[in-house]
Amino acid sequence: MLVLRPLDKLPGLNTATLLLVGTDDALLQQRADSRLKMDCASELRVHLARSLPLPSNVNRPLVDLLVFVINLHSKYSLQSVEKSLYHVDASFFLGKACFLAAGAGRESHCSVHRNTIMRLAHTYRSPVLFCDLEVEGFRATMAQRLVRMLQICAGHMPSVSA
Amino acid sequence: MRSALGGGLGLRLELHFSAMQKTMDPYDAPESTPRQHPSCSLKEYFLAATPLQRRLESVRKQATSFVPTPPRRRIPQRSQLQEDVDPQKVAFLLHKQWTLYSLTPLYKFSYTNLKEYSRLLSAFITAEKQKGLAVEVGEDCNIKVVFSTLLGMKGTQSDPEAVLVQILSKPQLPSEDREAKALWTGWFCCVFGDGLLETVSEDFTCLPLFLANGAESNTAIIGTWFQKTFDCYFSPLAINAFNLSWMAAMWTACKMDRYVAATEFLWSVPCSPQSLDISYAIHPEDAKALWDSVHRTPGEVTQEEVDLFMDCLSSHFYRHFRIHLSATRLVRVSTSVASAHTDGKIKIICHKYLIGVLAYLTELAIFQIE
Repeated sequence: MLVLRPLDKLPGLNTATLLLVGTDDALLQQRADSRLKMDCASELRVHLARSLPLPSNVNRPLVDLLVFVINLHSKYSLQSVEKSLYHVDASFFLGKACFLAAGAGRESHCSVHRNTIMRLAHTYRSPVLFCDLEVEGFRATMAQRLVRMLQICAGHMPSVSA
Repeated sequence: MRSALGGGLGLRLELHFSAMQKTMDPYDAPESTPRQHPSCSLKEYFLAATPLQRRLESVRKQATSFVPTPPRRRIPQRSQLQEDVDPQKVAFLLHKQWTLYSLTPLYKFSYTNLKEYSRLLSAFITAEKQKGLAVEVGEDCNIKVVFSTLLGMKGTQSDPEAVLVQILSKPQLPSEDREAKALWTGWFCCVFGDGLLETVSEDFTCLPLFLANGAESNTAIIGTWFQKTFDCYFSPLAINAFNLSWMAAMWTACKMDRYVAATEFLWSVPCSPQSLDISYAIHPEDAKALWDSVHRTPGEVTQEEVDLFMDCLSSHFYRHFRIHLSATRLVRVSTSVASAHTDGKIKIICHKYLIGVLAYLTELAIFQIE
């Protein structure tokens, strides 16, 4: 059982790594990936994981920003994210982790109440971003925000740190 | 300096207590979402000594009241005005499928002008139907619209009376005057709508919930007329899975003398190319037994109890079929009290809990309007 730690590896030169943990909707995640790659100045690596803990036999770089993707339409994704949270070292929550609530645009399809996510984010003292990954405009905005946060976490922004 | 500090500390403690008291109140009233505590009122500005202390207070209040706490709701009880409801008169409301809409407050609607409204609406509908869309030779345009009030369809005395609108077909033979057939029925009501009633001024009548049964075209025509005459706005009321699970829990909690239908859930699995539907039916007494084992406080339903109830059902299903119901979407809930579909369709079966069901729907409608 491997607990994910923020500083257990050396950071790469001019690279930033984003780990998306969450839903099994691979299509949405791929779309999010492609948008993210377009916006970043430094070299951006995006890793996807359905849940934590990650298998220990793979050689992977240091994770700069950890994003938990929760699909508001399915309670199952909330449950799997809650289980993954146990495998994350506490120092990640000092600014290197955030929650992304996807599917917030279609209120009639939501099974999870907004307040549940907000309480979860409040407990872990991390920001929560609500978005609708299916709409192109929102996806682009979300990608820009994530890239910005990632650059701060990776230390690529002068005089700003996580 | 010291006295100011001491005074400041004392004041700060007072403010903190008043903030806590204020956050207590919303928990007692049934609310769909706990509203974020409004920022400093005028009184607090006078109490706080310096601008810095005021700002600190507002930040601290926001920090403490930020955590939204789960809502509690009362199990539908008989309303205080149950005596006014004549079971015969409301029998036509039961066992019918109603489509739900939420309606903003009506401007200058008066209960004394109902006959006038009937006349105007009849003329409007006749004009619309004769607009030359289709020439139906056999169809008579002799329809009659009747506005009436439904007594007793309200929760408290301050709720406005419910209004019933019916499109009746005028009988061909003058001797059969009594047997006019209702082509379309719609009614407006407001049950326990205190949250909305407080905020609107005198000219407005609040009837946020609209239920319609009949042809969609008639609903559209009547909606247009109301929107033009009373400057209001209709919007379809969809019920999401979260609210459907609340309804399931609350209706299972209702005490019934006899059960007329099994408790049934319909889940929609999002998969391509076409979605699958999972239908899960339980014997109503088993559902009640499960609810009783989950339930703690008598008379109240909390978020944890609802979640636990649904989780028990999901885990039972998983044990048998290895399908996670939490990854699917709840689309329809059907109990002996009422049945609801996510598209905003409802059928009420039990007249005893009619007011309770309407109260929850009114809450959803008010939440959608705001």
